[in-house]
Amino acid sequence: MKIGLFIPCFIDAFFPEVGIATLELLERFDLNVVYPPDQTCCGQPMANSGFETDASGAEALFVRNFDGFDYVVGPSGSCVHHIRHHFTAVEQTAAVEGVRARTYELVEFLHDILKVDAFPWARFPHKVGLHNSCGTLRGLGHASASELREPHFSKPEALLSKVDGLELVAASRPDECCGFGGLFSVFNESVSAKMGSDKVHDFAKAKAEYIVSADSSCLMHQRGCAERDNVSIKFIHIAQILNGAGA
Amino acid sequence: MRKSTSDDRPGNSKIEPQPRGARNKGNRPIDQAEAAERFLAAPHHQKQHDERLWTLRQRRDDQMWSMPEWEQMRTLASAIKEHTLSHLDTYLEMFETNAKANGVVVHWAKDAAEHNSIVQRVLERRGARTLIKSKSMLTEECGLRADLAKAGVEVIETDLGERIQQLDGEDPSHVVVPAVHKLRTDVAKVFAATIGSDPDNDDPHHLAGAQRDATRPLILNADAGMTGANFLVAETGAVVVCTNEGNADLCANIPDLHIVSVGIEKLIPRSEDLAIFVRMLSRSALGSPITQYTSHFRGPRQGGEMHVVLVDNGRSERLGMEEFWTSLKCIRCGACMNTCPVYRRSGGLSYGATYSGPIGLIIDPTFNARKYSNLPFASTLNGSCTNVCPVKINIHEQIYAWRKVLVRKHETPFVKRAAMKAAGAVLARPAVYRATVERTNEALASLPRFAIYNGLNAWGKNREMPHPPAETFHQWFIKNRGGKR
Repeated sequence: MKIGLFIPCFIDAFFPEVGIATLELLERFDLNVVYPPDQTCCGQPMANSGFETDASGAEALFVRNFDGFDYVVGPSGSCVHHIRHHFTAVEQTAAVEGVRARTYELVEFLHDILKVDAFPWARFPHKVGLHNSCGTLRGLGHASASELREPHFSKPEALLSKVDGLELVAASRPDECCGFGGLFSVFNESVSAKMGSDKVHDFAKAKAEYIVSADSSCLMHQRGCAERDNVSIKFIHIAQILNGAGA
Repeated sequence: MRKSTSDDRPGNSKIEPQPRGARNKGNRPIDQAEAAERFLAAPHHQKQHDERLWTLRQRRDDQMWSMPEWEQMRTLASAIKEHTLSHLDTYLEMFETNAKANGVVVHWAKDAAEHNSIVQRVLERRGARTLIKSKSMLTEECGLRADLAKAGVEVIETDLGERIQQLDGEDPSHVVVPAVHKLRTDVAKVFAATIGSDPDNDDPHHLAGAQRDATRPLILNADAGMTGANFLVAETGAVVVCTNEGNADLCANIPDLHIVSVGIEKLIPRSEDLAIFVRMLSRSALGSPITQYTSHFRGPRQGGEMHVVLVDNGRSERLGMEEFWTSLKCIRCGACMNTCPVYRRSGGLSYGATYSGPIGLIIDPTFNARKYSNLPFASTLNGSCTNVCPVKINIHEQIYAWRKVLVRKHETPFVKRAAMKAAGAVLARPAVYRATVERTNEALASLPRFAIYNGLNAWGKNREMPHPPAETFHQWFIKNRGGKR
């Protein structure tokens, strides 16, 4: 199985350890993982802000980079949500539609496609609060949402439950948005920062030592809020835990 | 300022003035972010607001879990509304015919001005100088009170929250709980200044009693009464009004003249359809199974008059907007506002519009795309609003769609336009992108703190910047896996 490794721009720039963990984790399953070196971004920052035309160059480049793989896998729910649901700045050719349909967020790829049932190399003896980003929760359907009357399920929880020693703790507002929201974090900074601050305090109250997420953008924002508020809590991407970080 | 929220002491609220809403600058864009920042700078108000509305959201969830058919009900409610809206002309005429047969006078108003002058004419004909009214977002939308004041008609709001807002000279901040942004100390201050109650007594029972004593005589002596409507039933011509205070019943039943102001989207075809909507309205709004009063008005009382003013005011135009017409399904329950994390931290008045919160973001720009051009950006697109909506309006997708429309209309700030154009150009070119990323990380790693955390860096105002790593993923890959491509 030939996998295109999608490392979104801000993970490339700020969280290389998340990219490395994703690559190493996928390689553990005997997959042929290829990193196309000319990749940049999926176009989400521009499109989410309404500037769809400005996203067309990035979207076209994304398709050029990732055409021809069996699957494209990336460790970022919001980017994959963009690719699957909003990637319309470029003409919808067969190649574009194919790439969009074959692009998976890491958790869903492990859960739905590989159906991984054990991570024997992983051990994480800590209290962990799971932050489902809105893109993964309500966009990609990683888990049941608290607003809907539906049976409880959670793909990230299912994966984390296979990690030795890991104990999940729940925030009092389990799927309240943390307030990152792309450009919202800058143009509506006071509300954004307050949401992030409330989020990390909520997790701290639940005695979480770590906040784990499938989205580094939410983690980057929450970490910035926690550091400013002197909340001692650590942040880690789910790829790192599943790849055996701290084991 | 924001920091003080963590060690909240209720006693401090007495010294915290109530934050006011957005500054109205005529046709210029409302700055929601600026008003929200002032709301956040009043931590007692913000905390109470957030917690009160979150409680409503939790109660709504409890109601949802008490009804196994909840999701089916949402699907049905949505389908009934979409059916009605796509046959609106037929149902409006059916309603008119049946209401007329019941002895109701039916008026058609194409916009706010026509609505206000119809109401004024009806009042004039009976020589009415005082009007008691129950809560109606439509009359807020039409600016009715200001127009009637000019004509010398005194308007008395009878919904407690709405009355508080009227006495304070403020608009309602929420479609269901209009004074939810106020602390009880704020209410005590307003009542002391307007109805002469004790400024130091902020006991809610005392305040409600004082208001009742002051308003009851005005209600009993009013010349005319006005209500809004939650639903119009086409097959019977009935007007259905849901309240918890029974004040709509006072407005409809005490004076001889009852005027109903209602938007044309409030129609439903049959009485039996109410079984869906009445079950969902209060559950979604306040998390209670039903409102205390669900009143059906079918015609004038003996010797009285009943008028229904059917108001368009932009609704027909909205009905023709492919991406936005389903916003007309809204039953004004406010569930999207209660769940919205941005709304709870901003206050409804920060939106500077009749409709605030998520539903406001997608309705307000239809009234004035320039004035409300910032509103669709006051969202993280988290989608909770869509999930709680009892009529399944895809609110967050419409917010996303409005952003594209506003960018096309050039109703976005220059700095954002320039930044997005530049970002789009960089991200389309791998070599330029590489150079930019590496320069940024170097700058973050080497610049002194004062150069990073300055007035120009909105991110850094209340948050720390990300820490630049020693190398990017790309650099790591080339170094460690270079040969493997």
